[in-house]
Amino acid sequence: MSTVTTTAPATRPAASAAAETRRRGTKRERPSTVGWLAAGVWLVVVAVPLYFLITTSLRAQSEYLLSGPVSAPTDLTLDSYSLVLHSGFWGYLRNTAVVTVATVVLVLALALPAAYAIVRSRSRFVRRMFSLVLLGLAIPAQATIIPLYLIVTKLHLYDSLTAIVLPSAAFSIPLAVLVLTSAMRDVPNELYEAMAVDGGSPVRAFVTLAIPLSRGGITTIAIYTAMGAWNGFLFPLVFTQSENVRVLTLGLWRYQTQYGVNVPAICAAVTLSLLPLLALYLLGRRQLLSGLTAGFGK
Amino acid sequence: MALPSSRTGRPGPLWAVPALAFFALFALLPMLIVVGLSFTRWSGIDQPQFTGFDNWAHLADDAQLLPSFRLTVVLTLASWVLQTAVALPLGVWAAAPGRPRAVLAAIWFVPLLMSSAAIAILWGLLLDPNFGLASVLGPLVGVDDGNFIGNPDLALWVCIAVIAWQFVPFHVLLYQGATRRIPETLYEAARLDGASKLQRFRAVTVPQLRNTIVTSSVLMLVGSLTYFEIILILTGGGPGTATRVLPLHMYLEGFSSFDMGYASVIAVLLLVLGTGLSIFVTRVTGYARMDSQTEGM
Repeated sequence: MSTVTTTAPATRPAASAAAETRRRGTKRERPSTVGWLAAGVWLVVVAVPLYFLITTSLRAQSEYLLSGPVSAPTDLTLDSYSLVLHSGFWGYLRNTAVVTVATVVLVLALALPAAYAIVRSRSRFVRRMFSLVLLGLAIPAQATIIPLYLIVTKLHLYDSLTAIVLPSAAFSIPLAVLVLTSAMRDVPNELYEAMAVDGGSPVRAFVTLAIPLSRGGITTIAIYTAMGAWNGFLFPLVFTQSENVRVLTLGLWRYQTQYGVNVPAICAAVTLSLLPLLALYLLGRRQLLSGLTAGFGK
Repeated sequence: MALPSSRTGRPGPLWAVPALAFFALFALLPMLIVVGLSFTRWSGIDQPQFTGFDNWAHLADDAQLLPSFRLTVVLTLASWVLQTAVALPLGVWAAAPGRPRAVLAAIWFVPLLMSSAAIAILWGLLLDPNFGLASVLGPLVGVDDGNFIGNPDLALWVCIAVIAWQFVPFHVLLYQGATRRIPETLYEAARLDGASKLQRFRAVTVPQLRNTIVTSSVLMLVGSLTYFEIILILTGGGPGTATRVLPLHMYLEGFSSFDMGYASVIAVLLLVLGTGLSIFVTRVTGYARMDSQTEGM
């Protein structure tokens, strides 16, 4: 809740104040050239690779190799896209979607009751657990990859999508609990009390009060977890090997090796992998960005 | 109702157990197991064999250990300095109102949507000395063959730059949000005192962003272990071992040399370093107490 609601209203006073300054016409406040220059430089740094990515994906391979990376693209073609789409892309996309949805559902299913208990329970055990989970924010997931590999093989999960989902979800729990706890703290205590007086069970308070009133926090965590799972690389790399469970990020790597000097095809694959998130970004930029800084923006 | 303390309308501790159990199994238990594995010989396929302190003794004659550690330190510090130096001013700049700024910022944030794999592959193409942009730009900046990645002196710095490209947008976002929450009255007061733009930046903006600078720095320092995915795809640790940072050294020892026992030793070092660093940084900076400082603003 915190990040989602605080950012939006906070811009308004700043904007109106700036408008006020403009009205008063303080002449010495010229737009800073240095600022715009620096901003422009970074725009070039970000935009040139993206421009290269999109235009190259639309060029023919022979044309790219002959005229080089900076020439203006002529004779645009979608051949590279159809090549990628016919070499397993849909399967990779499906696997990534399955991993993403499963991870988000699992994280919310586990973290929501936990956050509710932390906010509402009086037990000391729960408070201890909260500090333990917060410690989890500090654990570098990469350093646990070898024992996780052992656990995954012992559970006979190696080379399955489940093997990716379980550890991805586990390492998303600390932040999820943190953000959901602070969202549920914003629910006024009187509402819970009123419900308890009416004889409502904790389950009912959880379903009818805690969850609906912490929607903002839930959205934030869903976005954050989904992006982590969607873009994950190390867990899929270590826990899977077969073509039928390959996720998009590993698929990209495979395309890179497979296509070699077919630069347009590799660019088309990278572009395609970016499209779903880009579409979301265009639809709901504010939600997506606030979801990304979940828990850090406060 | 089977759940305890339902009479009071409060949830019992059982509500927290599934999350805790799951987290313990997949995040805490591995930390114990990896210590155990560091005393075994294991290829990853057979059963782990107990070998006592053999792996730990091997630390002393691993000629790659110190260079990898040094590379990790350079990577972490250089990334921290570079990303902060770029993200802080850009974030402050992007916080001001106005449509052009909003449009520019919207483009800046696009790398946030890309996976490490996508970014590493894209930059691999751009930096290709034969067909990439590097073949064109290299001669202009004194690298005549355009081979930035293949040069042991440059490869690490290329990685640092690509990593900055990936992570700067996130920190710009943090600084932008924090700058917008600075009370306008502070600027009014500074303006009345006749403070110039630069003076206001130094006297109002930077002190007010103190907490965000700490947050962003903690995330950069602690998060630097995750940078290795990009390096793995971009250079694979090469040329030679020029970019073989510690997490990559662990990964390659384990999953490429199939010496999981020794890789576990490095993993233990990484766990101690990573967890220790984040606890140290949060304590020193008072990051853990920060909530109380931002309240009341």
